[in-house]
Amino acid sequence: MSEVTRDAFDRALDTRNVRGRSLYIDAWHRLLKNKAAVTALIVLSLMVVLVIIGPMLSNWDHEIPDWEHYSTPPSLETGHLFGTDALGRDLFVRTLIGGRISLLVGLVATLVSLIIGISYGAVAGFLGGRVDNLMMRFVDGIYAMPFMFFVIVLMVVFGRNIFLIFVAIGAINWLDMARIVRGQTLSLKNKDFVEAARASGATEFHIIRRHIIPNLLGVVIVYVTLTIPQVILVESFLSFLGLGVQEPLTSWGALVNEGAQELETAPWSLLFPACFLAATLFAFNFLGDGLRDALDPKDRF
Amino acid sequence: MLKYSLKRLLSAVPTLFLLITFAFFLIRIAPGGPFDSERALPPEIEANLEAKYHLDEALPLQYLRYMWQIAQLDFGPSFHYLDWTVNDLIAQGAPVSFALGGLALLLALAIGVPIGAWAALRQNRVADYTVMSIAMIGISIPNFVMAPLLILLFAITLGWLPAGGWAFTPSRMALPVVTLALPMIAYIARITRGAMIEVLRSSFIRTARAKGMPEKTILFQHALKPALLPVISYLGPAAAAILTGSVVVERIFTIPGIGSYFVQGALNRDYTLVMGVVILYGVLIILFNFLVDLVYAWLDPRIRYDEQEA
Repeated sequence: MSEVTRDAFDRALDTRNVRGRSLYIDAWHRLLKNKAAVTALIVLSLMVVLVIIGPMLSNWDHEIPDWEHYSTPPSLETGHLFGTDALGRDLFVRTLIGGRISLLVGLVATLVSLIIGISYGAVAGFLGGRVDNLMMRFVDGIYAMPFMFFVIVLMVVFGRNIFLIFVAIGAINWLDMARIVRGQTLSLKNKDFVEAARASGATEFHIIRRHIIPNLLGVVIVYVTLTIPQVILVESFLSFLGLGVQEPLTSWGALVNEGAQELETAPWSLLFPACFLAATLFAFNFLGDGLRDALDPKDRF
Repeated sequence: MLKYSLKRLLSAVPTLFLLITFAFFLIRIAPGGPFDSERALPPEIEANLEAKYHLDEALPLQYLRYMWQIAQLDFGPSFHYLDWTVNDLIAQGAPVSFALGGLALLLALAIGVPIGAWAALRQNRVADYTVMSIAMIGISIPNFVMAPLLILLFAITLGWLPAGGWAFTPSRMALPVVTLALPMIAYIARITRGAMIEVLRSSFIRTARAKGMPEKTILFQHALKPALLPVISYLGPAAAAILTGSVVVERIFTIPGIGSYFVQGALNRDYTLVMGVVILYGVLIILFNFLVDLVYAWLDPRIRYDEQEA
C-alpha cells in the first residue's frame, strides 16, 4: 500500500474531523430540496409577518368605518387596497386582523391538543397492558361521537368566548394525537436500541429523554403541521355559522361568511379573505407533506 | 364474524348511553330556555308551558323520563316548532340530508379512486404532480368557500343552475352534491395514490409480473383490492365529515335537511330537537364505523376478528 493511499485512509478514519449528522439535520436538508415545501414555508413566514405588521402600517382601523366609502371595490385612489365592506370598514386591515385570530386559534388549539394527546398517548403506550387497553377503549368511545355537534352546542351554550374556542377545538383534536403517540411509544419501547440502552445501564429517565422523545418528535412535528390547518378550518367553520369569533373582532371564517352574503354586489369582500384562508391551508398542508417525506425513514433512499 | 358483529353492536350501547347523557346535561346547563323570547311571557303561562313539557321537574327525573322515551324511539315534541314532534322533523329532513350525503359519497368514490390510481401509475411524472396539486387545492379550500364561489360562477355569472333551494331534480342537486364531494374526491385520490404506490412495490406484484401476467389483470385483480383498504378506512371519518359538511352546505344552499334543523335548534334552545339530531348522528357514525370494519375484513382475508379474540 503506497504512502498516498495510507494518508488518505488515515484522514478518512480520523474521527475528529467527522461530525455526526443527526436525523433532524438530515431531514432539514431533505426538506430544503423539496420545492413545494420550501415555497410553503416562505408563504407561511410572509403570512405571519404580514398579519403582524400589516395592520400597523395601514391608515385604517378594523373597527372604525370610512364614512365616505361604503362597499367600494379595491382601488389605490381611496387607499382601500381590498375595498371596503358594507359598513365602510377597510377590508385589507380586516383580512389581516382576521388572519391574526385564525392563525392564533390554529396555534393555541393545536398546542392544547398536543399537550393532552402526547401525555395521554405516552402514558398509555409506556404503561401498556390493562391500563393501555382501558385508556384506548375510552378514546375509541369518544371517537364515535359527533364532536362537531358538541362544539356547536358548546358555543351556543357558553357564548362565543375566544378561549372556549381554543379549548373546545383542542379538546376534540387530541384523540388522533393520543393514538399516534401511543402507537409510536409502544413500538419504540420494544426496539433493540432501547434494549441495548437498558443493558448498558441507562436509567428509565435517560431512555425516555434520549431515545423515546427524539424518535417521537418526527411524527409529532408532521402531525402538528397537519393539525394546524384542520383547526383553522374548524374555527372558520364555526365563525361561518356565526358561532365563532364575534364583532368587532373577526376571523377568516367570519369574513368569508360576510362576503358570501354580499356575493352579487361586492364579490371582493369574499375573494380576499377566501384566498388568504385557502393559501394558508394550502401552505400548511404542503409543508406537512414535505415534512412527512423528509422525516419518514422508509423513503430514505 | 357473526360473533364479532354482535359484540361490536353491544359495545355501541355504552357509547350511545354516554353520548345521550353528556348531550342531555350539556344542553341543560345552558343559560336561557326554550321559551325565552323578546316579550316576556306572563309567569302563569310560562309555568303552564314548563309543566306541559315536564321542565318543572327535577333534572334527574327529566333525565330518566327522557331515557325511557328514547328507549321507545320517541324523541318527544319539539319545543320550538309547535305541533311538531322531533320524529316528524327528522323524518322530513333526513331523506334530504341522506340523499345529499349519499350522492356526494358515491361521486367522491367514483371519481377519487380512478384519479388516484391513475396518478400512482404515473408516479413522479407531470400528470402525477398536476393531479396531486389540484387535489391539494381541493383539500385546502373549505366547503363554505367553495360553495359561494360555485354559486358565483354557475348560478350568478353563467346562470346555468339555481343558486339554492332543494328538490329531487338533477339541476337542484348538482351544486350542493358537488360542493360536498369535492374535498372528499381530493382526499380519496391522495389516499388511493399512496396505497397504490405501496402495493405496486410489493413482492406479490413483482411475482405476478415475473410470471408474465397481463398488466391489466395485475392492476384490477391484484393491486386494486389491497390498495382500496386505506380508502375504506377513510370512509368512517368521511361519513362524519359529510355530516358536518352538510350543515354548512345545507345552510348556504337553503336546503331543509337535518343539518339546518340542528343549528336552528341549538340557537333556539330546542332541547329535544338538538338531542334528537345528536343521537341520530351518533348512531350513524357508530353504524358507519362498524360497516367499514366489516368491509375491511371482507377485503383483506388476513383480518379475521373472531380469531383475534380467541
